[in-house]
Amino acid sequence: MGYAGRILHVDLSTGKTETEPLKEELAKKYIGGIGLGMRLLIDHTKPGVDPLSPENPLILATGPLSGTMGPTAGNGHAFVAKSPQSGAVGEAKSHGFFGAELKRAGYDAVIFKGRAEKPVYVWIDDDTVQLMDAKHLWGKSPSETEDAIIEELKDHYIRVAAIGPAGEKLVRIACILNDRTRAAGRTGMGTVMGSKNLKAIALRGSKDVTVADPEGFLEFVKMMHERMKGPKSRKYRTLGTAENILVHNALAAFPTRNFTQATFEGAEKVSGERLNERYVAKIIGCSSCAMRCEHVAVVPEGPYKGSTTRMEYEPLWALGPNCGVDRLDAIIKAVELCNYYGMDAISAGVIVSFTMDCYEHGILTKKDTDGLDLRFGNHEAMLEMLKRIGNREGLGNILAEGVKIAAEKIGKGAEKYANHIKGVEMTGYDLRGLKTAALGYAVSFRGADHNRHGAYGFDIGGKVNRFKVEKGRGKMVIEVEDLYTVIDSLIVCKFGRGTYYEAFKDLAGYYTLTTGIEMTPEELRITGERINNVARLFNVREGLTRKDDHLPWKTMNVPIPDEGVAKGSYVSQKELDFLLDDYYEARGWTRGGFPTKEKLKELGMKDLIYIVKPKIEKQKHKKED
Amino acid sequence: MAAAPARKFVSADPEKCVGCCVCEYICSLEKEKVFNPTKSRIRVVRLHPLINLSVTCRLCEDPPCVAACPRDALEQSEETGVIMVDEDKCNGCGWCIEACDYGAIMLHPESRVVFVCDLCDGEPKCVEWCPEEALDFVTSDILAQKARVTSIKRLFVEALKTIPL
Repeated sequence: MGYAGRILHVDLSTGKTETEPLKEELAKKYIGGIGLGMRLLIDHTKPGVDPLSPENPLILATGPLSGTMGPTAGNGHAFVAKSPQSGAVGEAKSHGFFGAELKRAGYDAVIFKGRAEKPVYVWIDDDTVQLMDAKHLWGKSPSETEDAIIEELKDHYIRVAAIGPAGEKLVRIACILNDRTRAAGRTGMGTVMGSKNLKAIALRGSKDVTVADPEGFLEFVKMMHERMKGPKSRKYRTLGTAENILVHNALAAFPTRNFTQATFEGAEKVSGERLNERYVAKIIGCSSCAMRCEHVAVVPEGPYKGSTTRMEYEPLWALGPNCGVDRLDAIIKAVELCNYYGMDAISAGVIVSFTMDCYEHGILTKKDTDGLDLRFGNHEAMLEMLKRIGNREGLGNILAEGVKIAAEKIGKGAEKYANHIKGVEMTGYDLRGLKTAALGYAVSFRGADHNRHGAYGFDIGGKVNRFKVEKGRGKMVIEVEDLYTVIDSLIVCKFGRGTYYEAFKDLAGYYTLTTGIEMTPEELRITGERINNVARLFNVREGLTRKDDHLPWKTMNVPIPDEGVAKGSYVSQKELDFLLDDYYEARGWTRGGFPTKEKLKELGMKDLIYIVKPKIEKQKHKKED
Repeated sequence: MAAAPARKFVSADPEKCVGCCVCEYICSLEKEKVFNPTKSRIRVVRLHPLINLSVTCRLCEDPPCVAACPRDALEQSEETGVIMVDEDKCNGCGWCIEACDYGAIMLHPESRVVFVCDLCDGEPKCVEWCPEEALDFVTSDILAQKARVTSIKRLFVEALKTIPL
């Protein structure tokens, strides 16, 4: 119940497919989504695997709730693989209609291995799995690919997830889009897909999805519908995440011009208020959701007339104020372009802003940019640069590697302008004055990210002094981290997180009603902890250490210049070390950031102790020396 | 002769419907005890993020599905207008499916006979559960009324702002 009970293996090199049963023990311990995906990743890779080699599997996983009418829960899916950006664990979720279809086809997870000789797409029609020629789809955008596949397979209800030209060309920030505008965006999952010559995954599922306790489940759903009409989801249903723009700006936590300033003089012009008033045509929702968050924006006039895309705070920030751009029509066009090429719009914006910063500081010249005047605020140059990255043209070929590798290639001190953590580009929070969030970002297992911990909530909500570090921040970050891994494993939508008034209790109930598998709130919390540890174990196995729990150079070296409360704030190395010590201790890890044997035993992961054992011993020796 | 009682059917408001499929889920659960859109009597069509609509039986007068059936397996209830399927007579030939302009009568994936909205005995679950209140259980008269009011409101949008309500 809830689970389909099967994992599908697709070997793209040989075309062979097979299924294996999903064991209940594995299901309960890792739930589904990123939890199950990351455990499968450890089990199906050798240490040191090259992320773009056939040996790095691309894992697609749904959760136990997918395919039910659980609001926000019935529709998610996750992609997991070793990230070509970070060399650490990569994972990205998306919602819409795709995940539910996979469940109805009868699978909890699909593991794509190997590499197809020629471009293919995989057509999963319930129990029939075929590799289809994708030569005619190569070069198409994800949404064009979706339309073409639906046309050729002749069924309007087929669901498709696809990469665009960027994924084909192994641009490292490539994402995987489904339902036209929904992206599994971060950590280069589309790049891994491209490296497999896998253009798309098409699904048709006709099987029943059942839950263990239909009456109890329906009652729970009814309650959630009511809660989702209430204050805890108001933001997502009204202005949407773009509401953050004026909020962050007022707090001087709004990264502007590649994290130079923390406020933007043009904030009003790109605010969520302006976006909704002028551009949002309709607010739509995912399959089975009772909240409505997807703000579909259309440009009504001017040079970008007709551009249509979903708009959220992060891409708006990345391709707007972060690049000094204060025109919403250009930003909408930019997000649409990212969707066209199949690039993570957050990373794409941070790459362009990095380039602009280098240009303003003379590290890059017009010669390097083939004549593009890449000063901050030049929206036309930004749009052109996005195309060049998507096509790997000229300077775009270097930038397509992401800011970390691009900065190494460019040299001349460019790394100071490369805003990334673990090779993954930053997101829209100025950590210099958000020190709880800074810790969350530094330790995030998938690199720079606000969605692994939500620790900005403590800072922005005024629950702590955001300009200070102190004991206890580690524990605060951990509590949210453990909840967020559960959210991403079930998979429920993070926008609905506020509607689970009693977090683990509500979610454990949800899980048991659906699957019939007993789960106490405390067991679920431990599961969240286990999943954070399994992610860390993968990263430790791949050679990451405490040194990789870092912050971007600017965050640690350039105080906030803007007048106001935040002026002068930044995170020093000493503060970061203090935060990391506090966090590792609260996690039960060593000072080097390795999970201890005792901790792994406690979490029921004795079988993975082999990963940390040699590292911990080496660390001990070092101390004795 | 007294007029026949006005029939109520389930209608989706294109302005409100967002294509979330909650109607499909609750319908299949109510009728078949499972979550499965292919067993739902109401189906969502999503052409574009901005163009979504749920479709189900409109209870046509002189319904073409009934006329098309060569085996007299379909009959329209005089009282409610619901299309009733005699599952013993239906052999799944699909002529009624071709005849329906809305794709509202469908072949059941398991029983291989056709199935169609039965209004849940006058209390449609989809209407009750639609989170957007986009579904209405209405008569054509009321639909026309609503359309008139909406169009006039649009026409006088500025004037309405000045009227204290």
